[in-house]
Amino acid sequence: MKVGLFVPCYVDQFYPQAGIATLELLEKLGVEVEFPERQTCCGQPMANSGFSHLTGDCDELFTESFAGYDYVVAPSGSCVLHLKEHLHSKKNPSAAEDLRGRIYELVEFLTDILQIKSLKARFPHKVGVHQSCHGLRGLHLSQMSELVAPGFSKPEYLLNFVEGIELISLNRKDECCGFGGTFCVAEEAVSSKMGKDRVSDHVQNGAEYITGADLSCLMHMEGILKRQKSGVKVLHIAEILNAGE
Amino acid sequence: MVKEETQHKGLTEHSGLADIFNRDEQRVNWHDETLWFVRSKRDKAAHSLPEWELLRETASQIKHNVLSDLDTYLQQFEEQALINGVTVHWAADAREHNQIVHSILKKHEINRMVKSKSMLTEECHLNEYLKEHGVEVIDTDLGERIVQLAEEPPSHIVLPCIHKKKEEIGELFHTHLGTAAGESDPQVLTEAARQHLRESFLTRRLALTGVNFAVAETGEFVVCTNEGNADMGSHLADVHIASMGIEKIIPRRKDLGFFLRLLARSATGQPITTYSSHFRKPRAGQEMHIILVDNGRTVQLGREDFRNSLKCIRCGACMNTCPVYRRSGGHSYHNAIAGPIGSILAPNLDMKAYADLPFASTLCGSCSNVCPVKIDIHDQLYKWRQVLVKEGHVSPVKAMGMKAMAFTFAMPRFFAFAGKAGRVVMKYLPFVVSNKLNPWYKEREMPKPPKESFREWYKRERR
Amino acid sequence: MSSREKILAAVRANKPDLQPLPDVIIPVREEGLIEEYRRVAEGIGAKVYEVGGIAEVKELLAASFEPSQRIVSPLEDFADMAEGIEAGIDPHSFADVELAIVRAEIGVSENSALWVPEGNVSQRVIPFICQHLAILINRERIVPTLQQAYSLIGEINYGYGVFIAGPSKTADIEQSLVLGAHGPRSLRVFIVG
Ligand code: SF4
Repeated sequence: MKVGLFVPCYVDQFYPQAGIATLELLEKLGVEVEFPERQTCCGQPMANSGFSHLTGDCDELFTESFAGYDYVVAPSGSCVLHLKEHLHSKKNPSAAEDLRGRIYELVEFLTDILQIKSLKARFPHKVGVHQSCHGLRGLHLSQMSELVAPGFSKPEYLLNFVEGIELISLNRKDECCGFGGTFCVAEEAVSSKMGKDRVSDHVQNGAEYITGADLSCLMHMEGILKRQKSGVKVLHIAEILNAGE
Repeated sequence: MVKEETQHKGLTEHSGLADIFNRDEQRVNWHDETLWFVRSKRDKAAHSLPEWELLRETASQIKHNVLSDLDTYLQQFEEQALINGVTVHWAADAREHNQIVHSILKKHEINRMVKSKSMLTEECHLNEYLKEHGVEVIDTDLGERIVQLAEEPPSHIVLPCIHKKKEEIGELFHTHLGTAAGESDPQVLTEAARQHLRESFLTRRLALTGVNFAVAETGEFVVCTNEGNADMGSHLADVHIASMGIEKIIPRRKDLGFFLRLLARSATGQPITTYSSHFRKPRAGQEMHIILVDNGRTVQLGREDFRNSLKCIRCGACMNTCPVYRRSGGHSYHNAIAGPIGSILAPNLDMKAYADLPFASTLCGSCSNVCPVKIDIHDQLYKWRQVLVKEGHVSPVKAMGMKAMAFTFAMPRFFAFAGKAGRVVMKYLPFVVSNKLNPWYKEREMPKPPKESFREWYKRERR
Repeated sequence: MSSREKILAAVRANKPDLQPLPDVIIPVREEGLIEEYRRVAEGIGAKVYEVGGIAEVKELLAASFEPSQRIVSPLEDFADMAEGIEAGIDPHSFADVELAIVRAEIGVSENSALWVPEGNVSQRVIPFICQHLAILINRERIVPTLQQAYSLIGEINYGYGVFIAGPSKTADIEQSLVLGAHGPRSLRVFIVG
């Protein structure tokens, strides 16, 4: 099985350690992983702002870079959702369509494709899980609190393999953090308020770390935590699943 | 410094209005908690019915059927209503609706009337129209009466004065209804309104109500209230006018079983509203009118991506769950219908005036999940964004930035180089701007660029 | 072209392809209906009494209302304690009614709603204009959900009918619940039989 690793633009630039943890974790699990260097962005920042007509070249590049792999895996739920729903290619339409079905967010790749039943990792801390909206309601990584349906959570399933970890519970288990792409600046007041409220739910319930499958939300919450000079840190779930002593 | 930006945006846009709303953080907390409480009650009610999702799916399918055969149902409804002795009017737009109401008032030489909750009449600005024509309208739903006294529009379709604190309501009642100064006990205030409105019910000869559902098969319509105001008004009046959007039709009486099971539970978590009144024929000696209103609905029906918004049963659940609505207040949507559903309905009426609304969302998707008729609200918000940009309703500055971003992401070499040379490329991403005018920076720190990017590490380690 | 024609033509031009009406069976539970009815009704502020017959109802009501207060009922059985309700007269003349006693045709346990068609009240305004309302329902007429209620209602050709659940209420002021908005301040439900 050959996996193409997609490291979204902002992860590449600001959170390389999440990319590294993803790569190392997959390799530990015996997967052959490559990082095609011509990759850039999934196109979501443009599309969610209403400019999906500008994402054509981005899409071509993505298709070209990843068409040859069995799976594409990325440590970012919202980029993955965008690609699954919107990746198109004029040059190679069937390749893009085919690719859409083979793109996975890291957590779902571990639970659904690799179907892992155990993991060697240790992280003796109190951790709050942030359910990113696109991962939650788009990729169904967990059951959504609005629906009348049996509960489950793929990120928590994986985190429960980690030795020493203590998952805290939240007052609002799946409320949005307010990042929302350009929303975070276009609607500064509401976005910041949402971020503050989300962070305080974790802090009040005793989290030392906030984790999740989407770095964009974590980045937003980190911005707030740092401004508040809080000692609480954010970590991508790959970093916890890959954590040693 | 950041305020300047807000001022430029003006106070006609959601972001600017939301910014003002957020200046009082305690109040935002209160607003958010109050509506979250309603959402929690909705969850509890939904989770008590194992068949909940099946009910939603069925209601959704019934509404799809209605939209696909709406002309037949409308004619069937009209035919039945006529047999029942009801007068049926058709209004192409808000203006015609208002004129019809006014003509009925004139015919009976009535210049004072009562009205129960009807979002359609808000949409049509009926009160203003009638006021200009010398007609006094008293809104009889308590929440609506409160905002009417405050000379404000409702901020929520089910909870019209949810933005008001009881002390503010106490002051209004002190001024208008003569309650004691400083009185803010909801029990006392409600009693004062009861006495005041009872006098109105007993003296007004014309009552207008909204319609929650209209049954094609029988020509009857159903009005749901908790207060009993629609019934008090219509059963005492000589003339009853019911105004409804053409999308309120459902095929059969038995379909009410689905919709009434969903409506109140979704709206407030009640198992059903106190009154679900089925009006079929005027009472002896009474005149009953139904006004069927289009006002843009047939246009929306023709928009394939957006027609499903017409399935809406106006429960308000999407507002209660919306993290943006809860923290920006209904008035920031500057439209009769606020929140997620308002944001997908409004651009249909006027793309330019409401171009900001589909952007007032993080696309979190909670709205679509609570919607009892399964409207794909957040997908429609996304689709409206595409339409609004294509139609030129988004600022040229933003459009330029987006083009530059698209260009950079299409050029892998330039992207990698740009990243290395100080991460220039990232300046197109909203959270990375070098100066403190960036709204991101107001309450959030920027992410710190590490020593090397992932691709640099990868080159060094794995090549 | 009239607005009617315009609207219908626009609908015809813009509507999607025909979608079928769904055909589903919603599962129901038939046990514990009375308990459920009571729990739900009390949860929304109604008082529920299980009684053997009319005499018991009268006794209970007599304990709460004075003969000097205006009590109305269209039910023959209550002729000794309530005045009748004349159909044709001005509905405003009921403005000072303290208590109205009527009979419901169907009760629904999931939401405690009671189906009261026009024929059961003589005047539509009765269950709204009174200060207090008492409704009788036969035990065997309580069904699990609204769906069964509508199948019992079937095609009956009423002029007006209403489901009533609990006393009139509002929570418009800061979501605090207040009973007695415009309609009755209290609802007593008598499950008979
Ligand atoms: S869109 Fe759905 S949730 Fe929102 S008001 Fe309409 S029916 Fe309710």
